[in-house]
Amino acid sequence: MRALTWHGKHDVRMDTVPDPQIVNPRDAIIEVTSTAICGSDLHLYDAVIPGLQGGDILGHEFMGRVVETGPKSTLKKGQRVVVPFTISCGSCFFCKATLFSACDNANPVETQEASELLYGHAVGGLFGYSHMTGGYPGGQAEYVRVPYSDVGPIVVPDGVPDEDVLFLSDILPTGWMAAENCDILPGDSVAVWGCGPVGLFAVQSALLMGAGRVIAIDHHPNRLALARGLGADVIDYTQTHVLEALMEMTGGMGPDAVIDAVGMESHGMAPDNLLDTAKQKVGIGADRAHALRMALMAVRKGGRVSIPGVYGGMADKFPLGALMEKGLQVRSGQTHVQRYGSRLLDMIMEGKIDTTFLISHRLSLEEAPRGYRNFADNQNEWTKVVLTP
Amino acid sequence: MTDRRSDLFPILGVAVLALGVVGVARLMTPGPRHPADSAPGRTAKRLQFGGYQVTGRTVTIDAPRDRIHAMWRDPRQLALFMQDLVAIEGTPDRPIWVIDGGHGPFRIETRLVEDRASESLAWRSVEGADFQVEAKIRLRDAPAGRGTEVEAHVAYVPPYGLLGHWAAKLRGIDPKTRGRQELKRLKMLLETGEIATASNQRNT
Repeated sequence: MRALTWHGKHDVRMDTVPDPQIVNPRDAIIEVTSTAICGSDLHLYDAVIPGLQGGDILGHEFMGRVVETGPKSTLKKGQRVVVPFTISCGSCFFCKATLFSACDNANPVETQEASELLYGHAVGGLFGYSHMTGGYPGGQAEYVRVPYSDVGPIVVPDGVPDEDVLFLSDILPTGWMAAENCDILPGDSVAVWGCGPVGLFAVQSALLMGAGRVIAIDHHPNRLALARGLGADVIDYTQTHVLEALMEMTGGMGPDAVIDAVGMESHGMAPDNLLDTAKQKVGIGADRAHALRMALMAVRKGGRVSIPGVYGGMADKFPLGALMEKGLQVRSGQTHVQRYGSRLLDMIMEGKIDTTFLISHRLSLEEAPRGYRNFADNQNEWTKVVLTP
Repeated sequence: MTDRRSDLFPILGVAVLALGVVGVARLMTPGPRHPADSAPGRTAKRLQFGGYQVTGRTVTIDAPRDRIHAMWRDPRQLALFMQDLVAIEGTPDRPIWVIDGGHGPFRIETRLVEDRASESLAWRSVEGADFQVEAKIRLRDAPAGRGTEVEAHVAYVPPYGLLGHWAAKLRGIDPKTRGRQELKRLKMLLETGEIATASNQRNT
């Protein structure tokens, strides 16, 4: 089959690789009909997430048709499914507590060692990501082996276009969980750093959850326009002092909740970010946490901090004093996708959520390398790329 | 200016001397006695216990104790989660473990020295065995209905001493790493019915 493979920093290629097979009893094979490039694929493209190997198949946002099932799969051939990017067994302590991304069993034992060393505990399994999360072949391919297919995949009725439901695989539930982690009360103000796909879905979700005002922060005019289109107020950090503006826009209190939808590759010319960038460039596991630092400074006393943005290493110059002295609550994590699938599918079917506004470019799978290049280099116009094999 | 500096030297000298005296006094004074804490012995910072390396790991498995006990008593089941196990020869009471050591298999002749239903199992290498080891499995109910806490405890004399120990550790074939991985495979098998693999090819 054809698949998008990683070969090093800024080097992804289309390769011909062996078709996947059923390996374990609960597996299914999915013929991919649509797949997308995610913001966290750019962390892999930029080689700031450790643990990739040459030839790895990328992609963790995908959907398709079931073509083969293992003896213990509950899927049926021909069914259309959206596949969560988190691989979860459904039966461990964490899955039972609906903390699906923390699954204890999906990451093969050999690849659990690295994260146990780096993070204190072995993390879960993810498609098309680091070998710390299993090194599972991803979905930017013609076919994918889907483990635990009786737990993860969301069955989609025929007749619903792929584009309407594709983002159930990651960014829609990620934006939703980001807002849910803010414990929004009616009328609350919420500030969102980053108007990429997750930030935009977080804006949409926060408003649906009753936020009185959502303020979105970015520097790309087109992405800010999309946020405004969803009903957010916007701040362009290249034009405005963000902290001062947030205070003034929230009656001098600061936002009730803040969302860092930027993660480890924060932009901006701030001194802390320049130092972080230098350290990240020499590869010592430093995250560029500028957006998170600002969010901690901006949020009101006793406020909530939600971090859907991806981090992988260490941060210093971290405003720990602000966190403690202001009595903040922090919630984070890879998304527990399986927790949200059916509820969000219902909301899409009822017309309460539209996800298609985000898609700026539709390419064939063969054009994926071009998609990566542009999504990385022209973030203003390339807001979301959908690939079709 | 010069005068003031000359005043400073004796003051500094006395200060350094005082610090030195306090430091030495600290070193000479015995600290408080440290009675044994509640942590398992294998987590102690000391490296060896009478020539033995002591290691182990506890994993919570959502399965009843008797089922886990049965897995450890059945050579066919053991082969499913002990990846380096080539074969078990001998008898159930005197098993010979044939283990893939990286450079071909080696054999450890053991005796089953403890077997309490749903509670514990232990094997000890017989005198004269190539590898001196004692392995113990303890099972206890996990709190809040989480299943069973499976504790593996291994004491062994590392071949080639500490050097051999570190060489094995670097290659990830030391008993600690292997034991941890075996327990996690057992957990996968019991909780999900299969052992996770990222391979999408059956033959690899």
